[in-house]
Amino acid sequence: MPRRSAGLDLTLVALLLALSAISLIAGRVWVPLGHLAAGDPRWLIITELRIPRTLLGILVGGALGLSGATLQGYTRNPLADPGVLGVSSMAALGAVLTLYFNLATASPWLLTAFAMAGAGVGVVLLVLVAAPAGEAVSFLLAGVILSSIASAGVALALNLAPNPWASAEITDWLMGSLADRSILDVRTAAPFIIAGSAILLTTGPTLDALTLGEMGARSLGASLRRAQVMIAVGVGLACGAAVAVTGVIGFVGLIVPHLVRWAVGARPSRLLIPSALAGADLLLAADILVRATPGAEEVHVGVAMAALGAPFFLALLLSLRRRLA
Amino acid sequence: MTGLAAEGVTVRLGGRPVVNGVDLDLRPGEIAAIVGPNGAGKSTLLGCLAGLRTPGDGVVRLDGRPIGALTDRERARRIGYLPQTPEIAWRLDVHTFVRLGRTAHRGVFGETPSDGSAVDRALASTGMTTFAGRDVTTLSGGERARALIARSLAGEPAWLLADEPLTGLDLAHQWEAADLLRRVAGDGVGVVLAVHDLAFAARVAGRVVVMSSGCVLADGPPEDALVPGVLARAWGMETRWVDGLGGPLLDILGPAEATAESTGGV
Repeated sequence: MPRRSAGLDLTLVALLLALSAISLIAGRVWVPLGHLAAGDPRWLIITELRIPRTLLGILVGGALGLSGATLQGYTRNPLADPGVLGVSSMAALGAVLTLYFNLATASPWLLTAFAMAGAGVGVVLLVLVAAPAGEAVSFLLAGVILSSIASAGVALALNLAPNPWASAEITDWLMGSLADRSILDVRTAAPFIIAGSAILLTTGPTLDALTLGEMGARSLGASLRRAQVMIAVGVGLACGAAVAVTGVIGFVGLIVPHLVRWAVGARPSRLLIPSALAGADLLLAADILVRATPGAEEVHVGVAMAALGAPFFLALLLSLRRRLA
Repeated sequence: MTGLAAEGVTVRLGGRPVVNGVDLDLRPGEIAAIVGPNGAGKSTLLGCLAGLRTPGDGVVRLDGRPIGALTDRERARRIGYLPQTPEIAWRLDVHTFVRLGRTAHRGVFGETPSDGSAVDRALASTGMTTFAGRDVTTLSGGERARALIARSLAGEPAWLLADEPLTGLDLAHQWEAADLLRRVAGDGVGVVLAVHDLAFAARVAGRVVVMSSGCVLADGPPEDALVPGVLARAWGMETRWVDGLGGPLLDILGPAEATAESTGGV
């Protein structure tokens, strides 16, 4: 089994390298890599736009895939993901508040900090609301409540926006995109995404033990309190920073663990690294595809993921229902 | 002093004592069955003995040390616990599932060969070796119960505490489970079971603890603990033991008051 998992990891890394290369050359302006040495002016498109875009795709996709795998393991629910559980919405609410109060112009760190705080508060609320019952379904219900609260807050900010420019900025940002990001955005997000992911990767054994339910996990010596803190901080940092630089991109964390589970089995700790890699692959591939949008406006990758993810969510629910019946 | 002991253990839920000042002194290599009507506090007491529930008053000691003073991992290495309604969240194969029992033994560098051999022994002793590749969520009730016991044994605990391990098992599998538990106890493991089936308790356990309303009514070998007087007080049922060929059989005569009245009338 470990060998199969290592094989999958290598395949996903190879795919990631290939997609990264395509991501650098593909787009409205096609830049063959061979021309770069010759002082071609299109070089700027690569360094200023596509390198940051590609790096962000990898970081954000990885953060979302890993967060999804961790949350599914912790809640023992295959329908969990930062988007479904309202964590991304809470991060967005935090970020929107800085846009609304025009704090984001003061420092880009402020928006990131608020988004991370929003995501962290989201996970803490999830655990507080759902944990006493401890049932997988109660996490989804708590997620619905959290999403409602967050969208109410965002709607209020849009409604009361001081000027049309602010509300346009908020709307555009909410749709989620990797386009037109700079290397500064990468620098802002990368440390937090990497730190959060490193924290999440340590939760593997506890997630495995939770296969037996909370009592079972505790009888195996797992500390649930510690796992809750690690997951709140880890998802808060990784998803919060991801949402801060790209806006809300849903369903990556929902879809990816299922694809990986199909290849390496359901053991939660085995899913973490491949889910991060596959999340990066998926987001990068989706971002390359949206660049091919005909017309003047590019489709936001967050919108494209939602269009792809919602039917997947439905199909998943139907297959789960069939299994339970 | 080796042993698992409860000293004045009391647990209150919503102000009501569910377990009320229980003293118990359990020995390794012995099978003890905790019996009692629904709500007598069997599961709660078992949770305290497993160190998963902290009593409001009193203390549980493992080999003389308060169980709360042990780290989670130390405790998990020494006490195996099977919850009443075991949850299996993911479709793992039986081998991976049983390996979960080694969680508290694993170091920073993952599994060692001794983990692998403990898993193999646990699979062999429960007769699950041939099932190692099967999906644990598709096993039958009997196979699943054996997989759960194998998971506990893989941790090589000094104590095995099981809450209703026989639920859903048919006659043959109950017999098999009893055999398995006897062998486990024969290896020096202290086995503590919360069970409903009195005949099973009488047949398997060397010691029976009868609980009622959170208190211990009787504690001793089955022939001393499960006497009709105790059963009438705990369950309110009139019973008598008859000698069967395979062991004692419990003959249930009816509610205690009703039989008392009818016999009084004659």
